Amino acid sequence: MAMNDPISAPAKHAAKARYVPGSGQTHRHVLVVLVNNQPGVLNRVSSMVRSRNFNIESLAVGHTERPDISRMTVTLRGDDFAVEQMGKQLYRLVDVLKVQDLPESGVVEHELALIKVRATESKRSEILRIIELYKGRVLDVGPETVIIEHSGTEQEIDSLVALLGGFGIKEMVRTGTIALGRGSGAIDLDAILRAGPEPAVVPARQTSTE
Amino acid sequence: MTTEKIKDTAAMPQAGAPPRRGRHLPRSTETDAVERARADMLREARVSTRDRIGADALCEALIHQGVDVIFGYPGGVILPLYDVWADYPELRTILVRHEQGAAHAADGYARASGRVGVCLGTSGPGATNLVTGIATAQLDSVPMVALTGNVPGALLGKDAFQEIDISGITLPMTKHNYLVRDADDIPRIVAEAFHIARTGRPGPVHIDFTKDALTAETQAQNPTTLNLPGFKPRFDGHPRQVKLAAKAIAEAERPVILAGHGVLIADASDELTELAHKAQIPVTWTLLGVGDIDESDPLAYGYMGMHGWKHVNKAIQSADLLIALGMRFDDRVTGSVSTYAPDAQIIHVDIDPSEIGKNVAVDIPIVGDVGNVLRALIKAVPEVAPDRRTAYFDELAEWRKDSEAISWHGSGGWKEGLLTADYVMQRLGEMTDHDATVVADVGQHQMWLARYYGFRRPDSHLSSGGLGTMGYGLPAAMGAALGRPDKETWAVVGDGGLQMTIQEMLTTVVDRIPVKICLMDNKKLGMIRQWQEIVYGGNYHSSDLPAPQWDKLAEAYGMPTFKASSPEQVDDAIRAAQAHDGPALVWCETQQTQNVLPMMPAGKGLSDLIDDMGQDKPPAEAEPERTAAGDAADTGEDR
Repeated sequence: MAMNDPISAPAKHAAKARYVPGSGQTHRHVLVVLVNNQPGVLNRVSSMVRSRNFNIESLAVGHTERPDISRMTVTLRGDDFAVEQMGKQLYRLVDVLKVQDLPESGVVEHELALIKVRATESKRSEILRIIELYKGRVLDVGPETVIIEHSGTEQEIDSLVALLGGFGIKEMVRTGTIALGRGSGAIDLDAILRAGPEPAVVPARQTSTE
Repeated sequence: MTTEKIKDTAAMPQAGAPPRRGRHLPRSTETDAVERARADMLREARVSTRDRIGADALCEALIHQGVDVIFGYPGGVILPLYDVWADYPELRTILVRHEQGAAHAADGYARASGRVGVCLGTSGPGATNLVTGIATAQLDSVPMVALTGNVPGALLGKDAFQEIDISGITLPMTKHNYLVRDADDIPRIVAEAFHIARTGRPGPVHIDFTKDALTAETQAQNPTTLNLPGFKPRFDGHPRQVKLAAKAIAEAERPVILAGHGVLIADASDELTELAHKAQIPVTWTLLGVGDIDESDPLAYGYMGMHGWKHVNKAIQSADLLIALGMRFDDRVTGSVSTYAPDAQIIHVDIDPSEIGKNVAVDIPIVGDVGNVLRALIKAVPEVAPDRRTAYFDELAEWRKDSEAISWHGSGGWKEGLLTADYVMQRLGEMTDHDATVVADVGQHQMWLARYYGFRRPDSHLSSGGLGTMGYGLPAAMGAALGRPDKETWAVVGDGGLQMTIQEMLTTVVDRIPVKICLMDNKKLGMIRQWQEIVYGGNYHSSDLPAPQWDKLAEAYGMPTFKASSPEQVDDAIRAAQAHDGPALVWCETQQTQNVLPMMPAGKGLSDLIDDMGQDKPPAEAEPERTAAGDAADTGEDR
């Protein structure tokens, strides 16, 4: 039972520890994932992310300028190594065409929120003033509630939600972040799709003798 | 096999280009004209009598892909396919006794032959029974296409009889999967599935067919092009990375090669050996890398990891450069990553970019086919004179001598009259000229086989390494025997694993598949017992495994048994099985409490091997035999 004669590494290395991937400092990442617009693809992507032990903060899906290609925007937390690893894992999916980890700067990020706030007559004007300040829009006014539309970065919406929280939020929905890189650079869908098709070749039937 | 593959590529229209030999590389070939003509005749004959339906399109697509054998089990919704089998004599169908056997057999066929294995099941339970085998293939990167039937499209999602969302189940454990609802899609999807299964890093692809897709009339033909823009594996390593790697190899003082399954998949054993000799680097291998290099080669240093050789792990821990080829730094290989090879730079070659940096951080990553990268490296690496490494190799040789001496095997415990499993493995190796295809099940015997058989040939060792699937051995050996009929095929199994898929004994007898079963019967779940002894302080539970009367069982299945209870009976038993024309059982009653040593406890590092436990000699007396009919009263008294 005793551990006999453990192999001793040279003494000078005794204190050196190898970095374990994924154990670094985590921060927020925005991943863009371009996929074939086919049934089940969302399931494939989310299943991959789940099985690889990542936790998605938000996920927004819609089709691109080409209806046969969908664009997913995923926000999640992890160390750089781990997020890179997740990108590589996503590339293993046959329906994934392109994965891009957007840089922290040089990106336009937005999400949309619809918020139903309790707004009795006495509070209504105060709420409307806040909305004006935030450049939100009122979509519906009822005797007890208003529905507010607001778009902006995640933080902007968080801060509006925090302010409105004092009046009582009855119901809320957020789309999750969508993002585009600034400037003229863009993901070239045509270049990605030009990669195929290729000849459908099959290996010769091999005989099993040497 | 190797020479034949070279011949194969010689016919390829690739003048000047370096030949691509890996079985997973795309290859253009000439179609077998005779077979095509025959299939065309059959098709014409059919057209005159009945419609061409989806099932016909499927059979034609399979034949087009070079499939010659399918392991399957019928059921309600897949019957349209069984209804047309008779028209396709090129497709041999093996009726297994359980769908798990079909999946493992397709896996064994694929690993032994290098071609894509095909298994088949019906909807519902038939499909779920395939799942373990599909997962086994996924974790070991085995090219496989699994076919299942499903209920008619209109009933999908209605909880119809034998309906289950099998595509949802196989999604996380396949390289890709398909649900086919339209007969017209069948030829395209089958072509894509085979392409995906064997290209790049191989893996299983599952295709689920609704019953109406199989029965609908269709004229769809095999496609001439594939359009998979999201599936573009990279085969050639980046030249800059290859240059960096060559420089690191040239400068290294204590380099070690870690060879994995990727070397076999890329058919790059010759290149591995060539690089090792040119740069004078010792070669170590993972469990699935057994057979990467001829073990009698002077630079073949040994099997690494949890139950690997102590000298091998020691060499890795003291290396200044690890050259990892087609392996993935599995936890059974590295142990604790933070203490793994503390002084080593790492070069990692793998065709799957997601393996690079997954388990360990890498200094020089190279994404590409191991064979292509090795050929580039061989050119780029300067020749190293053997005398440059004299001190290093002397040290390695000394470690090896010590390590072999302390292992039970080295101490010669078997000479005292007790039958130990490592002795059986050694004799099996010698009596089969180290050339048989040997399929392991999972457990202690799997480790002893990898350590003591002495493999010399690529694709001769099959083992469920990633998933560790008990019950893999016998059915995979069936597949291997059909995939490489020119080689003797042995299934080395434990008494636990064999009982998980024992029904396939009948398949081997009925279909005359000449598998020899070498049963290591210690009447225990040996590896469980070993862990309970070492890790759980001797708190034994459910590791006793009262055994059936194996000879009577085999006889019931129509198979002869040759029994060995002592070392001197082993040769006769093996020889008798070899002489028997057909499947046979070699029943070895081995030591009940033998441990696989050394062992790295889970969570520890490679430097923390437990190596002898004071057990360098076998216990003085064997335990009383325990059988199903025997005495169970001494349960718990094994220590």
